[in-house]
Amino acid sequence: MYDVLIVGAGSSGCAAARELSQYKLSVAVVDRDSDVCEGTTKANSAIVHAGFDAVPGTLKARLNVRGSKLMPELSRRLDFAYKNNGAFVLCFDKAQLPDLEELAKRGEANGVEGVKIISGDEARAMEPALTDEVESALYAPTSGIVCPFEMTLAFAENAFENGVQFKLSTCVTGIEKTSFGYTVHTDKGDIDTRLVVNAAGVYADKLHAMVSREPMTVIPRRGEYMLLDKEAGGLVSHTVFQQPTKMGKGILVTPTVHGNLLLGPTAENIDDKENTATTRHGLAEVRAKAGLSVKNIPFNKVITGFAGLRAVGDTHDFIIKECEDAKGFIDCAGIESPGLSSAPAIGEYVREIIAGIIPLEPKPDYKAERKGIVHFAQLTRQEQMELISREPAYGQVVCRCETVTEGEILDAIDRPLGATTLDGVKRRTRAGMGRCQAGFCSPTTIKLLAEKLGIGLLDVKKNGSYEKEADGNA
Amino acid sequence: MREFDLVIIGGGPAGMAAAVAAKKQGIDDLIILERDDRLGGILNQCIHNGFGLHTFKEELTGPEYAERYSDQVKELGIPYELGTMVLDMTGDKEISLISRRRGAETVKAKAVVLAMGCRERPRGALGIAGFRPQGIYTAGTAQKLVNCEGVVPGKEVVILGSGDIGLIMARRMTLEGAKVRAVVELMPYSSGLKRNIVQCLDDYGIPLMLSHTVVDIKGKEKLEGVWVAAVDERNNPIEGTEEYFPCDTLLLSCGLIPENELSKSMGVELSPLTGGPSVDESLETNIDGVFACGNVLHVHDLVDFVSEEAVRAGENAAEYIKGKPSSPGTPVAVKPGNGVRYTVPSRLYTQSAADSIHIRFRVTGVYKGAAIVITCGDKEIMRKRGRIFVPSEMQDIIIKKDKLPEIDGDLEVKVEEAVK
Repeated sequence: MYDVLIVGAGSSGCAAARELSQYKLSVAVVDRDSDVCEGTTKANSAIVHAGFDAVPGTLKARLNVRGSKLMPELSRRLDFAYKNNGAFVLCFDKAQLPDLEELAKRGEANGVEGVKIISGDEARAMEPALTDEVESALYAPTSGIVCPFEMTLAFAENAFENGVQFKLSTCVTGIEKTSFGYTVHTDKGDIDTRLVVNAAGVYADKLHAMVSREPMTVIPRRGEYMLLDKEAGGLVSHTVFQQPTKMGKGILVTPTVHGNLLLGPTAENIDDKENTATTRHGLAEVRAKAGLSVKNIPFNKVITGFAGLRAVGDTHDFIIKECEDAKGFIDCAGIESPGLSSAPAIGEYVREIIAGIIPLEPKPDYKAERKGIVHFAQLTRQEQMELISREPAYGQVVCRCETVTEGEILDAIDRPLGATTLDGVKRRTRAGMGRCQAGFCSPTTIKLLAEKLGIGLLDVKKNGSYEKEADGNA
Repeated sequence: MREFDLVIIGGGPAGMAAAVAAKKQGIDDLIILERDDRLGGILNQCIHNGFGLHTFKEELTGPEYAERYSDQVKELGIPYELGTMVLDMTGDKEISLISRRRGAETVKAKAVVLAMGCRERPRGALGIAGFRPQGIYTAGTAQKLVNCEGVVPGKEVVILGSGDIGLIMARRMTLEGAKVRAVVELMPYSSGLKRNIVQCLDDYGIPLMLSHTVVDIKGKEKLEGVWVAAVDERNNPIEGTEEYFPCDTLLLSCGLIPENELSKSMGVELSPLTGGPSVDESLETNIDGVFACGNVLHVHDLVDFVSEEAVRAGENAAEYIKGKPSSPGTPVAVKPGNGVRYTVPSRLYTQSAADSIHIRFRVTGVYKGAAIVITCGDKEIMRKRGRIFVPSEMQDIIIKKDKLPEIDGDLEVKVEEAVK
């Protein structure tokens, strides 16, 4: 029996798992997909928001600001890519200046440092690619960018190292209240646990409804993106937002931590919680609106398009609390934007809730640091030489676009919670993430995976998505 | 630091032919750097025949054609290093490379031949909407899987784009037992060679759907099918024409992009028209002693032309190493005019040109009964009639040495359309 079973291996679930792994608890994470970071966490803007957008007093406001504060130190300790690049919110129309000022006031109320309103010219002086139509802008120096894959993998690997079990490819089919807590039924058998953390993303409402009569709806809100070649990555250095609407923060233009340029997202409420398909109208909208903010976006440098689903709750705030009518069942639901930014703080907050239910006793041997995969391309010449002489597989480039070596791919497969799919390798190493989009490297990566996993070449999967053929709805 | 007179980046058909030519001109201190584990480049996965008709008057397979050159490389004792990846180059021709055997290293060259080839345009660059499931490959990736790894990625196939690799793969997948439902081409004409359409599609009853494209992709984990729609004159899908094709595999053959990230790292100027270096008649880039040939320069349809071009690059690199003075005077520009997409070279030094000059280019559409005309101001320098000019066939016009004195200004290469 577990003390805590976390359902969902996205950024919230993995952050909570890592927090709890500091204590003498038995903790497990289940996820229907075959890898962590397969849902909402893998397809979003990858922004660490400063925290001026959320309404003061909400959980969103509090956890966003806290998460953003924790991020720099955490990225060092857990070895994931984060950069504090600052952000602008653009105002194109004088009549909308009051709304921008309102945002700045919210920022102040939320405790965001350094937020100020500047003129269009001042903004263009800092970010020359902004269009001439920019009238004024809110500048938020604490805004940042992060690699959501690396961050979530870092949380998960660190939790794993500290004893958390991961039950992947395991789909929850029902939950039963028992004398000791809950029995969670899955397609791989029952799991007994004292507490359940519901971090099931767009399916959190379904999971919640298995134990609680309190109403909850989580709507999938699709966002479509375009990713551009690194050649275009230098077009802007800050994250460039447009003024928010009730559907979200609008289309942004931002560099990524790895130097690409990201445009998006659209915002469209849909019915289907599986529908991560891009659409022609969505991609056209990204194109049209991104061009309002930034001049001369080289659309011929687009290397891929993708869509993600935000898990939008019905309360306009994160829903993180123990269910009134299902004690020991803790919802962590409606984690839409700024969910990624808040993740470290969401983990803390879940831990605080659990500390109010069961006593937490620190583990003396807790490992607070985690070392990620060596990224060969980021090493100095000297370090590269030493690494190859120690381990010749680092002298063999597999992904030429991103300069990813065989050594890195083998590490990605061999390490704890290692990759079992092409996308898993891609998210851990960036092999296949570049301009040729895995055209050259995938045959080699497939071979390495097949060899390591002891399967045939044709059995190597591209992604870890849950296969619909199986029963279950979570 | 190791130093070489000539470093050739890439051991495909271009690199090998350039090396052989330079060696024959007396350059002994040279090396070929190849990232793969054998010489030959993409030819190794092109196991179909049809290579070498121009060069050897024979129909060879890709590996056989490659072998003709790799044999020469070996016979001539030209050194080559396999599994060697160039990471960066400087304008001073310092080349950073890594390999398992030698680790990370920097070498220096007097002259460089760029012969890195090209890559396929991926799905993302095409902007096809839909899911991103397993089962979507560029045609070349599928070719590698089938021909080199011995696995056939699917059973029911749709191919988007009628580039030569797509056509070849339509036949290849069919021979491997797959059902190729259609080859879908956005343009009103194929971008592949006529002979490939006949031999790879017509002979197997595979339909070619011109002026059509894939508009949506179904299947989240694995590909289940694609929607194909007709497009209008501006290539926009026409609503109501969508047709669903169930398939587990979608192959993309939608264009090749010269791979010039390394060229850029050393400051080589690229042509926005070809995506390759902009070169003069000696195939020299803006950097003295840096030459380019093959698909890294502009995408070819026949390897024979790659080899021929590479010989010129190799010989010119040899001349440079032996101390030939750099070209005197200012070059004249060679500009694409009506109906011409690009030209290689894009500038000429007419006084120093050793011999006749090759002008290579592609036309922008299908032209029947037209003529290609090269003019210099009001003067007509050359005229070439043809029954038909198509974008899928690279054109090659040779300006003879005796014509060169007539060139006293920029040249324009254009299609003179037939009077209707």
